[in-house]
Amino acid sequence: MTAVPLNDTHDDKPGFVARWLYSTNHKDIGTLYLLGGFTAGLIGAILSWIMRLELMSPGMDYFTSGQAFNVVVTAHGLIMVFFFVMPVLIGGFGNWFVPLMIGAPDMAFPRLNNISFWLWAMALILLVLSLFVPGAGGENGFGGGWTAYPPLSSSLGHPGPSMDLAIFSLHLAGVSSILGAINFITTIFNMRTPGMTLHKMPLFAWSMLVTAFLLLLSLPVLAGAITMLLTDRNFGTTFFDPSGGGDPVMFQHLFWFFGHPEVYIMILPAFGIISHVISTFSKKPIFGYLAMAYAMVAIGVVGFVVWAHHMYTVGMPVDLKAYFVAATMVIAVPTGIKIFSWIATMWGGSITFDTPMLWAMGLIFLFTVGGVTGVVLANAGVDTAFHDTYYVVAHFHYTLSLGAVTGIFCGVYYWFEKMTGYKYNEILGRLHFWLTFIGVNIVFFPQHFLGMQGMPRRIVDYNDGYAFWNYVSSMGNFISMAGAAMFAIVLIEAFVRRRPAEANPWGEGANTLEWTVSSPPPFHTFEELPKVK
Amino acid sequence: MSAVEPTPDNKNKKLVLNLSFMVIFMLGLAYASVPLYQLFCQVTGFGGTPKISDVAADEVLEREITVRFGSAVSGDLPWRFRPNQLTQTAHIGESVLVSYQATNTSDQPIAGTATYNVSPAKAAAYFVKLDCFCFTEQVLQPGQSMTMPVLYYIDPAITEDRRLDEIKTITLSYTFFEIKSTQSAALIHAANPTKRP
Repeated sequence: MTAVPLNDTHDDKPGFVARWLYSTNHKDIGTLYLLGGFTAGLIGAILSWIMRLELMSPGMDYFTSGQAFNVVVTAHGLIMVFFFVMPVLIGGFGNWFVPLMIGAPDMAFPRLNNISFWLWAMALILLVLSLFVPGAGGENGFGGGWTAYPPLSSSLGHPGPSMDLAIFSLHLAGVSSILGAINFITTIFNMRTPGMTLHKMPLFAWSMLVTAFLLLLSLPVLAGAITMLLTDRNFGTTFFDPSGGGDPVMFQHLFWFFGHPEVYIMILPAFGIISHVISTFSKKPIFGYLAMAYAMVAIGVVGFVVWAHHMYTVGMPVDLKAYFVAATMVIAVPTGIKIFSWIATMWGGSITFDTPMLWAMGLIFLFTVGGVTGVVLANAGVDTAFHDTYYVVAHFHYTLSLGAVTGIFCGVYYWFEKMTGYKYNEILGRLHFWLTFIGVNIVFFPQHFLGMQGMPRRIVDYNDGYAFWNYVSSMGNFISMAGAAMFAIVLIEAFVRRRPAEANPWGEGANTLEWTVSSPPPFHTFEELPKVK
Repeated sequence: MSAVEPTPDNKNKKLVLNLSFMVIFMLGLAYASVPLYQLFCQVTGFGGTPKISDVAADEVLEREITVRFGSAVSGDLPWRFRPNQLTQTAHIGESVLVSYQATNTSDQPIAGTATYNVSPAKAAAYFVKLDCFCFTEQVLQPGQSMTMPVLYYIDPAITEDRRLDEIKTITLSYTFFEIKSTQSAALIHAANPTKRP
């Protein structure tokens, strides 16, 4: 055996190409996901800005066809779900902090991790390509909504190749996420440092464990459904075509069997992040740790048996509706346990309102608003009136756009110094929070009113009666775009000034393992496993 | 050897195998849902799928129910398709024979198949078809007109379901679609073997 020279330093980094293209280091892959995810998020945000500009006043101001507008709506949905929220929360923060928090040197399968990232990148490219090839009616892109219901998504509604590219994109994104999920579960089950039992594991790692199981069980169903759609479109099968004995409603069942767990996939990691932040800045251990962990498990389990509340209007028997109403409302119980435990953690704590804490408290407020309208929409009778109106749009943006995205920014500020090794400017960070918080509320709160007045979603033009609140909503969009610009300023300021960060900037409240290593962490961490008492 | 504790590598392999099995199982379930969904609809009458039976009802009740007949044709199928009676009132349990009339208005032989639906959906579980033209594919020659029969009864068990007490009318409707696959040529050929398709 040849002698291998020992390096004194742990910071022996490979060259640029080997480090970033062939990367197998969990922190580097996490960084790649964060950069890619935020780039996609910027595209998605610009698309939403275009939509709000169009909807600012009645009439067709910027678009010449409704189809083109719907292409933008669809792209916004798909990009935000699959290429912003999921990669940032799961690929970005998950890869960065799950191994650090459980004291593992890396993920269980580092090369698989690399494959996951590059599959995801290819998926993003395919989706962007799909915007530039023919879809329907001589226009480019797929405009059938992110749910892609047939017959609008079958060759009847969108004969062009755009939908096929979108399907391939979702295939790749799905494979990427499934491989990632297998990686996370194996890492969490087999690589925890000695002494760290599952019941001592940090809540963010718990949230990633539950999320990974949801991905593992729901994504294959989406893959199956869109593969059936693909063969219906190209190879003459009739899974969703009544002329051959198929049923388009079955696509909706399959889609939402995936789609409902998907919404918890997007919010659970955010729950995990803010659990740490609230505990850190209240200088108290999280209230009801075990209840918090098992509430996430309960949300995950119940999340699989409520899917048809997205499709009350397809003509279900009343008993079946009653079941889905009841099952949906049951989810409010574990979610309520989490909300109240966060409040109980803050109660009597020595709270400091640093930027991450502002985002965490913002998430609690915004997600609670979204949760309350969710309980309203869970009622089949009410939902029959609100189905496909802006009330639904307001509801899911409060939970996801405002809930999950607020969680993302919460994580960015909480771990910014840890990941980059630089301090951000506290005043600019707070300004970013307040601009975003006020902006998004002005965007989405009026959409409840629009929905209750009956304004349908995915329509380019509207009746004059809806003009006022649409105008207000668009104004809010400008404020939140200013918030996004402020985020860019925060990043530029921090990277220009390069104030060196401490290993633990948050003090005694931050007691998970990632704060025991330097900021930024060395290239290889925990080669000697840390002991957990 | 078996007494040795599993190394992390073995543990990882076993876990990955189990997780991969879960993925394949869920993928299989997505495809299995096609026949399962069909079976579920046929057994429960879910979504307005009427039942199919070989034997007539064993009793005929006093209560009467009116059945209305609807028809529709897919936009790209050049057929005329109408019920020969708009409504039919019969006792519950009584076997009733009704018919539709289909005409091919084009100059091509065309194979078609009909999907069917019962409304209100909750009555579908008690609407029993003994025979129906919709059970098989139909071929119509250019200009040919054909009478298409349906034999059905309303299951007497309907009287035991309180939720259906207010039902006085049930609508049965059919939609004809053209069979477009390669199967269509074979059907047309079989119906008229002397002509080459």
